[in-house]
Amino acid sequence: MSTNTATLPVGRYAYDQVDRTFLSQRVAQFRAQVNRRIAGDLSEDEFKPLRLMNGLYLQLHAYMLRVAIPYGMLGSDQMRELAHIARTYDRDYGHFTTRQNMQFNWIRLEDTPDILQRLADVDMHAIQTSGNCIRNVTCDEFAGAAADELLDPRIHAEILRQWSTLHPEFSFLPRKFKIAISGSPQDRVAARFHDIGLVARPGAQGRPVFDVFVGGGLGRTPVIGVLLRDNLPEEDLVAYLEAIVRVYNAYGRRDNMYKARIKILVQALGVETFREKVDAEFALMNRADYRLDPAIVDGIRARFGIPALDAPADAADTLAAARRTDARFDRWVRTNTHPHRHEGFISVVISVKPDGGIPGDVTADQMDLIADLADGWSFGEIRVTHMQNVVLGHVRKDRLHELWQKLVAAGLGTPNIGLIGDIIACPGLDYCSLANARSIPIAQKLSARFADPELQENIGKLHINISGCINACGHHHAGHIGILGVDKRGEEFFQLTLGGSASNDVAIGQIIGPALPEDETVDAIARLVDAYLVLRNEGEEFIDTYRRLGAASFKDAVYAPA
Amino acid sequence: MPLLENGRIAEDRWVEAVEGAPLPDGAVIVPFARLEEGLARTGTAPLGVAIEPDMAVEQLRVALPRLELVAVTFGSFRDGRAFTQARALREHLSFDGEIRAMGKPLPDQYEFMLRCGITTVKTERPEDVTVWQQAHEMFSVAYQPSTLHERPQGLGLRRFLS
Repeated sequence: MSTNTATLPVGRYAYDQVDRTFLSQRVAQFRAQVNRRIAGDLSEDEFKPLRLMNGLYLQLHAYMLRVAIPYGMLGSDQMRELAHIARTYDRDYGHFTTRQNMQFNWIRLEDTPDILQRLADVDMHAIQTSGNCIRNVTCDEFAGAAADELLDPRIHAEILRQWSTLHPEFSFLPRKFKIAISGSPQDRVAARFHDIGLVARPGAQGRPVFDVFVGGGLGRTPVIGVLLRDNLPEEDLVAYLEAIVRVYNAYGRRDNMYKARIKILVQALGVETFREKVDAEFALMNRADYRLDPAIVDGIRARFGIPALDAPADAADTLAAARRTDARFDRWVRTNTHPHRHEGFISVVISVKPDGGIPGDVTADQMDLIADLADGWSFGEIRVTHMQNVVLGHVRKDRLHELWQKLVAAGLGTPNIGLIGDIIACPGLDYCSLANARSIPIAQKLSARFADPELQENIGKLHINISGCINACGHHHAGHIGILGVDKRGEEFFQLTLGGSASNDVAIGQIIGPALPEDETVDAIARLVDAYLVLRNEGEEFIDTYRRLGAASFKDAVYAPA
Repeated sequence: MPLLENGRIAEDRWVEAVEGAPLPDGAVIVPFARLEEGLARTGTAPLGVAIEPDMAVEQLRVALPRLELVAVTFGSFRDGRAFTQARALREHLSFDGEIRAMGKPLPDQYEFMLRCGITTVKTERPEDVTVWQQAHEMFSVAYQPSTLHERPQGLGLRRFLS
């Protein structure tokens, strides 16, 4: 079989007729389930796990539909379909999530079979974006582009996506199960805050090997994952993951949903006992049945379109010249781009967090524009990041200035990636039925307070994460500054944690003191940042200063009398 | 619902042991707690055992050659442990007798059950059998290996279900 890579979508797995048949069968299944529910043959209790496994939640005001964006990769055609769904079935916008998916917040139950059909028409779905099953596999937003990458993790992310899809044994686990995979020594996927985190690199025989971390997670009980197995050969990847999830399915707690994640099992058994159980299971398995043959991997790889990276020899010079003459552009290049493996190309992060905006929200018009820009500048390929932004992976350096001008004109040129304005926030009490507090207004106030790009760049790298309740969807434990909404006798308060990190220097943030009333929180953070600017040594980032001095140095600033 | 086998209604030759009563002579399914009693019966009448979701099937290893049926239990459809038990019976203990699903599974789980090695279903729910039959015919392809060793489709780990 010859494969014409020119016709395959760049950066993601190209569906064929078999995949499309499967998706249409899945849509038919869900349509029948909705009909059974409407006819009363299914109780809400029974329907709930079925709709959840198609991404459909019942939220505070309406149904929310979470659409899967496998490992964050999206084609421009798919983005336009998301825009269409936002316009037709929602209120003209969607929301990028920290797991690289997209949520629609105002969906009607009876529309969902039609929406899923529309998604299926562009090879998309909402399978396993919720429920106690293996969720969307997340991946490095610079996969296949980053200069520091050792191995493109998307091929194995796709293999795991397929393997976990309607898995017969693992669709009714004790609790949800999240897998992330990275192919770079720089952890951009929070590998150690996942149920399973995989770090891939080339092995001795040219085939990949994997370090397997297990039992990490945030939520009510933040835990840093432990290394369960290093140098796992590629051919054993599926077998070993089967063994881990099988042990979890058999022994994970089912009596208390807050103690049901694999991290609790690993802690309860101890990592040595857990490893023994996994190894015993692995040893019993018929490895041939589960073997991931190199030919299987190569077959999947051949379904990925590869960008033709041709750039003029002077592309980098052209970019350098533009930076010299345009200071605003130069700043944006410093903050919003990432080095590409090809010297004539660069990866661009489009901030969807404008000053005072809602982190991760995009309008239908912005989606269409991003799709157009992807077609014009990056092979029609779009990536959603776990920071809730958008990446164009392969942009020619000599065409970057032109792209930036278009972004600025559309309000998408905010130069704040990795800075204090690049806030992660959960939907909070504005949408979510679990939340205790509203995350979004705090995010908006902070974003507006620190809007000055010069100030932001001076402050430097600083991750703020906001969760509206202890379920920690805003990953506050992993923020340099974490903000947790709590309810105190009907009033919203916010508790600050400092020193968290989801990168290579992984750490869980520590509570600095009593929670603050909503109207004092932003001022307290401003004082905290001012204190850091005074205390920092030359070249120190916030996290460095915090680690050098500890919480005490910041506590006075946070709790200073107004 | 009547006994279901391969998407069809089948005759059920098994009876379940009644608590507190002596075991009958014919094909009987005993709870694990009465397995010894069942094994001690004389004659050639078939014996089956019903296990709870929290049991390791390894505990059946010695008795298994004398068992024609193992019943796994879905106390709730949300509890997926029976899938793992069924699969371990097939893959680790090479059990080739009947594996029966009991309790309260949903028809939407039928294909999963079959692929994990469950062969028959007898649920406590008063369901229409046609819903189960439709569930059985819903999908023609799957994306991972299973105990049924379905024919690989040719790309990735995909295989044909029918």
